[in-house]
Amino acid sequence: MKKNNKIFPRQSWTFDKYTNSEIRRAAETGIYDIRGGGSKRRLPHFDDLLFLGASISRYPLEGYREKCSTNVTLGTRYAKKPLELEIPITIAGMSFGALSGSAKEALGRGASIAGTSTTTGDGGMTPEERGQSNHLVYQLLPSRYGMNPDDLMKADAIEVVIGQGAKPGGGGILLGQKISDRVAEMRTLPKGVDQRSACRHPDWTGPDDLKIKILELREITKWKVPIFVKIAGSRPYYDTALAIKAGADVVVLDGMQGGTAATQEVFIENVGQPTLGCIRPAVDALQDLDMHRKVQLIISGGVRNGADVAKALALGADAVSIGSAAMIAIGDNDPKWEKDYNKLGTTAGAYDDWHEGNDPAGISTQDPKLMKRLDPIKAGKKLSNYLKVMSLEAQTLARACGKNNLHNLEPEDLCALTVEAAAMARVPLAGTSWIPGINNK
Amino acid sequence: MKLDLRKLKLRKINETLQSIDPKRNNKKYTILNPEGNHAIGVGLTDDIDITVKGHVGYYCGGMNQNANITIEGNAGTGVAENMMSGKIHVKGNASQSAGATAHGGFLIIDGDASSRCGISMKGIDIVVKGSVGHMSAFMAQSGNLIVCGNAGEALGDSLYETDIYIKGKVKSLGADCVEKKMDNKHLKKLDKLLKKANLEKLKSKDFKRYGSARKLYNFKIDNVSSY
Repeated sequence: MKKNNKIFPRQSWTFDKYTNSEIRRAAETGIYDIRGGGSKRRLPHFDDLLFLGASISRYPLEGYREKCSTNVTLGTRYAKKPLELEIPITIAGMSFGALSGSAKEALGRGASIAGTSTTTGDGGMTPEERGQSNHLVYQLLPSRYGMNPDDLMKADAIEVVIGQGAKPGGGGILLGQKISDRVAEMRTLPKGVDQRSACRHPDWTGPDDLKIKILELREITKWKVPIFVKIAGSRPYYDTALAIKAGADVVVLDGMQGGTAATQEVFIENVGQPTLGCIRPAVDALQDLDMHRKVQLIISGGVRNGADVAKALALGADAVSIGSAAMIAIGDNDPKWEKDYNKLGTTAGAYDDWHEGNDPAGISTQDPKLMKRLDPIKAGKKLSNYLKVMSLEAQTLARACGKNNLHNLEPEDLCALTVEAAAMARVPLAGTSWIPGINNK
Repeated sequence: MKLDLRKLKLRKINETLQSIDPKRNNKKYTILNPEGNHAIGVGLTDDIDITVKGHVGYYCGGMNQNANITIEGNAGTGVAENMMSGKIHVKGNASQSAGATAHGGFLIIDGDASSRCGISMKGIDIVVKGSVGHMSAFMAQSGNLIVCGNAGEALGDSLYETDIYIKGKVKSLGADCVEKKMDNKHLKKLDKLLKKANLEKLKSKDFKRYGSARKLYNFKIDNVSSY
């Protein structure tokens, strides 16, 4: 055919450029793609909801003067010492190993300044993190890498990790490049091996066993600290109900936008439910068991700003948790390292090969030279600034809805921009009173 | 000192055992009527002797440090889970996941142990006088698992640096687990552990040693059929 400049070459929607590049990459390497982060595809999300604000029928609060409380208490069900946090935004579990020691320290510093908690991860508790965290949640993961009773007794709460939004039903990976001497020692592994974290706990299966496991943890810690149960956004109604039945003080529910240090791309993009679709079923479970506000619900997976915080709380959550956003706040994917990202074949904002340990920002690495790029004190300050901004934003929205406490926000304050979001959040589609599927939850 | 689970709550018994004052407290304790209760003697930190008169439920001696616990009966799931040090002796049989993820200490099971014995073990020494079930020493990282009877399917699947010694038959080996040469160093170590378990009559040369082939330590596409 002759060249005709009036005809625009048509690209396939099915075989788009990214898809084609993945086919070529698989053909070239013979291995699936492993990466960090959460789902990158367009998903129904908090952006698809809007606050209605007050008007004649609702009375707003003065934006800068009237009180709007942000504090939250986690673990009121059984623990003698619940976590008292100043803001309802916590830092999610991220491992030393996946992150550098200074990055973990920065997270602890930032969280402490802002009056909230941070969380360990696979690989145990580091002194830097414990030392800089006023409230530290200690994770009990299937691998039990670095798990020891002395650290357990130093924890302010324990989080039994069952699932992660990025990979419900999947275990973890920490590739050999990141198994430094210190990481290897903490995990009792040979240096340089590709470390696999199991997808199931080694000493319990199912909700009846989980109840006994929680009993054991309470007996060891003398019933002092709250026990969280973290689940992935898989079957949020049943998993929340079973976690409550097993005796959880707090349920942490992580939707598919929630990040991971490393797993298969096919897993991240094809397993689990969007965060927005998980909240109402989890709240249903709490309400059906008369446990709403008695067992606290923490929502994570794609929380980025105060609007997301306010929307999650309006749908019934007690708090949210951030991981990816906290990493960005301390410097992950910062355009100032663009040249270095380019050398790695990527660009700022898209860098997700966290497992390879070459992070130009010095966060997801164990390379001493790169680690020096992150100043934990400055990075901690940035995180605390960001957390405070999120809180202020959430307060602004709550006051506009006439609420003197973030936890007084409710679904009635919201409408949805899309049919999908209306169905998932169970709020009316904008301009209508229609809530799709309301009689069929 | 006798602690009766029919008269005292579990919390009270564990609190007593977790709060030992070495100057004032007795160092020998007997737990009566365990009746399959869970989480007995967990989170202990002191060098004390405990005898449990009967069967225990899940996680007896969990995360133990220093204590010496004898169970005069059978043990439920996860006996000695994540133990750091000390000794736990089960005079009967043990259910699944005995010694799971344990970092140290010594676990002796006079009878059989069910599936996943020594799963993800991180330094503990385990001696089972009977046989072990399937997937024992799965992803085991460090320490020694000694089995005087037989081992079930997929022994040592995906293990790292644990040494496994089996006297009887192995139904099948898991991914990356292979039989290894028993040299003097291993014979000596095994003799020492058998002696520690009062099994001097057994000869270390009658055991076979299994460990990691280390082929799956780093992912290679050519090994994909092993996963």
